[in-house]
Amino acid sequence: MNPTLTKTESQNVRSGSPAVETVTPPANILETKDGYVLEAEMPGVSKDGLEVTVEGGELTILGRRTAVEVKGREVYRESRRFDYRRSFELDPSIDTAKIVATIDQGLLTLHLPKAEAVKPRKIAVNS
Amino acid sequence: MSSLRSELDRLFDLSWSGRDSGLFGGWTPSLDVFDEKDHFVVTAELPGMKNEEIDLSFENGVLSISGERKQSKENKEGETFRSERYFGKFQRSVTLPAAVDSSKITASYKDGILTVTLPKSEAAKPKQIAVNVA
Repeated sequence: MNPTLTKTESQNVRSGSPAVETVTPPANILETKDGYVLEAEMPGVSKDGLEVTVEGGELTILGRRTAVEVKGREVYRESRRFDYRRSFELDPSIDTAKIVATIDQGLLTLHLPKAEAVKPRKIAVNS
Repeated sequence: MSSLRSELDRLFDLSWSGRDSGLFGGWTPSLDVFDEKDHFVVTAELPGMKNEEIDLSFENGVLSISGERKQSKENKEGETFRSERYFGKFQRSVTLPAAVDSSKITASYKDGILTVTLPKSEAAKPKQIAVNVA
């Protein structure tokens, strides 16, 4: 198992931190030819509520829900109203300057390309 | 005996929810219901879907939301390191607590949240009754 992007941590489990409760969004991580793709489910978050930061080899995604205006009475509720937060440790092969993030219908997709130097390269053999 | 019974009931429930969310590849999107005086609002968290993948129906006071979320090309072809997202079919139903005018139901899908607005039928709307005190 490649250790890439395996560490995950949500704010609320960190001891001694202020009690800001967050939801850990479910995520898929895949390796493609050119790098990694990370998908995280954050329904209720638009582009404006999204924050993606890279610091010290750690990627953090933070999604703030767009406030839903409900005037009426809550009859039944399953969804959690907290914001989303999750951190991932980045593999050193990832070119952090080239990370691209998009969010579509509450699904965040991050493309994390590998640095040119570590991409597999075909070497021609001269006979 | 009664505690054993409830334990069995609980196990039965769990096996069903397990079946819904895991083995058959489906999932259980979370659902909220609000009562807003002259209408109900039902919201469902359905991240990463397309409008045409969501089906809505209303029959005998029951709203049903179903659909199928398909895997993206990357999910099919890439090597998976972490897989927490569910793909496949889902189905949720909710019985509305009062009569609804089914011809006026509307739905929208934004930021991965489906919002269904169901206007109450005239008979079900709360009415203000004036009380005259002599």
